[in-house]
Amino acid sequence: MGKTISEKIIGEHAGKEVSAGDIVVANVDVTAVQDGTGPLAVQQLNKINLVQAANPKSTVLFIDHAAPSPHKDLSNAHGLLRDFAKKTGVVLSEVGEGVCHQRLVESYVKPGDILIGADSHTCTSGALGAFSTGMGSTDVAIGIALGKTWLRVPETFKINVTGQFQKGVYAKDLILYVIGQIGADGATYKALEFTGDTIKAMTMSERFTLSNMAVEAGAKTGLIEADDVTKQYLEELGRGDEFRYIQADEDAEYEKVFDIDASKLEPVISAPHTVDNVKSLNELMGTKVDQVFIGTCTNGRLDDLEIAASVLKGKQRHPDTRLIVTPASKQVYIQAMEKGYIQTLVEAGAAVMAPGCGPCVGVHQGILGDEEVCIATQNRNFKGRMGNPNSYIYLSSPATAAAAAITGKITDPREVLV
Amino acid sequence: MNNIKGRAWKYGNNIDTDVIIPGKYLRTTDMQVFADHAMEGIDPEFSNKVQKGDVLVAGHNFGCGSSREQAPLALKHAGISCVIARSFARIFFRNSINVGLPVVESDIECDEGDIIEVNLHEGWVKTPKGTYNSNAIPEFLLDILNDGGLVAHRKKKVRE
Repeated sequence: MGKTISEKIIGEHAGKEVSAGDIVVANVDVTAVQDGTGPLAVQQLNKINLVQAANPKSTVLFIDHAAPSPHKDLSNAHGLLRDFAKKTGVVLSEVGEGVCHQRLVESYVKPGDILIGADSHTCTSGALGAFSTGMGSTDVAIGIALGKTWLRVPETFKINVTGQFQKGVYAKDLILYVIGQIGADGATYKALEFTGDTIKAMTMSERFTLSNMAVEAGAKTGLIEADDVTKQYLEELGRGDEFRYIQADEDAEYEKVFDIDASKLEPVISAPHTVDNVKSLNELMGTKVDQVFIGTCTNGRLDDLEIAASVLKGKQRHPDTRLIVTPASKQVYIQAMEKGYIQTLVEAGAAVMAPGCGPCVGVHQGILGDEEVCIATQNRNFKGRMGNPNSYIYLSSPATAAAAAITGKITDPREVLV
Repeated sequence: MNNIKGRAWKYGNNIDTDVIIPGKYLRTTDMQVFADHAMEGIDPEFSNKVQKGDVLVAGHNFGCGSSREQAPLALKHAGISCVIARSFARIFFRNSINVGLPVVESDIECDEGDIIEVNLHEGWVKTPKGTYNSNAIPEFLLDILNDGGLVAHRKKKVRE
C-alpha cells in the first residue's frame, strides 16, 4: 500500500513504517513558540527544571503577535522569552523580523521536516512538504526540551484542483471556497493534501496561503508536495542544499477526495463570525467598510502587496475607510520597498506597520470600534478576534480588500483591476 | 476525579478560543486574569455566575481556532470541572488533558442549570433527560488529569 505525505514523513521520524491511525513518538526537527504562547511554555519548563533545548539552532521564539509591545505585561512576557533564549542558546526572532510562519518558511523549515509550533497556523509550512502542526504551550515545551513529541498519524483528504483561475480570483478565494465546502470542523484530526495542475502551477506564496488555512477546516496540517517550484524557492533564499523531493505515492490511500475546477470559482468572502460562512461577493456587495487590513501569515507576502499596490496605484483610500498594511516579514518589507509597492500604498493613504501579526490578533495596531466593519486578508473572523466582540470581520483576497479601500464598501475587485 | 457532578452551562457549536479567552488577555501568565475573562467573547457575565464544580456543555467543534492553552486554563481556573461537547477541536482537546481539564465527547440532552454527572473512566454522562455514552478516558490520561495536568504529573513522577 502506498503512503501519503504524512505517513512518509512521520514514518521517517518515528524510525518505522506507519499508517493512518497509528500513534507514535516522533523526533521533531523544528520547534517554535510565539509571544502569546511562549511565556507559558517557558514557565512549564521552569516548573520541571528542564530549561534546555534539544536542537537550539532550530528552536525559535518569535516576538510577533504584539510587536512592538503595547502593554507592560507583554513587555515582561517578551522578557521571559529573551531570558530563555540567552540561557539555552535557542534563536530569538525580535520585534520587526516578522510573523513566525513566514519566518519559519524563509529560514528554518525544509521539505521532509516535522515542525511543531505553539500557534495553530503552524500548518503554513506544510506547503514546503513538511509535516507541520500546531499544538499548545505544554506540548511544544516538551518538544523543545526533548526534541520529540507524540503524534497520531492522520488520515488524509486529497484536494485535487485543476484549471486556471479567472481574473480577480486567487489562492485565497480557493481556500475560502474549500473551507466553505468542508466546514469548520469537517477535517478535524485529518491532513489535507493539495494537488492537481492548479497547485503545481502556483508560486510558493500562493501555496502558503492554502496551507495556512488548513486549520480553519479543523485539519492538523495542509501538505503540498515538494517539487521544482519548492526547489527554486529555496534556491532563491540561498537554501538550495536543504531541498529534497517529497511526494505521496500514486496508490496512497485517501479518506476523501475533493475535485475542484478552479476556472469555475468566483471571488468569495467569509462573513462574520465563522470562516466557513463563505459567501459570493454578490451577496455582500455594498457593505460599508470602516477598516481594511492587508497583511498576516495568510496574505502579507510580496505578491500580496504587489496586488494591493496595483489596485491602489494613483488612487486614494475612501475618506471614511482607513487602510492598514503589514508586511509579513522584514524580507518582504525590504523587497516591497525596492519594488515601490510601499511608496504606492503609503501615497494611497495606507498606514504601514512593522512586520508582524499586525491587528489580526486584536492586541494592537487597529482594534475595531463598536459596530465597525473590517475587511481583512487574515485567516480568522471569529467574534472579538480583532479586539472587540461588537465588531464584524470579513475575510478576502488582497485584491478584494484593496478594492474596498478605494470605494469604502465591499466591491468586486474585477471592477478595479487593470 | 473519576466522578464529576455539577451544574450545566450550555453553549452552541463552534465555540472558538477567541471567545473562550480573547487574545488581549494573553499578555500575562496570571491564571486569575484568564479566569476573570473566561467566555467573555460570548457571555461577559460568565465569570461572575460560574461556580466551582460547574460543567460546560456545548455542540460540535468546541475550542476551535488558536492553539492558546490559556483557553482550557481559563475554564479550569474559572471553576469548570468538565467540558462535555459533541466534538472538540484537536488542539483544544490535547491542551485540556495537558492542563488537567477533563473533556468528554458525548451527544447529551440537558437544560441549562441541570445537574449533570460524568464518569470519566466508565464513559457515561447522566442528565435529568437520560444517560448517554461518552468516550472512556484511558487510565494513563486519567492519571494526568488526576495529577492536575502533564507538568504536575511529571513533577510527581520525578519525586516518586
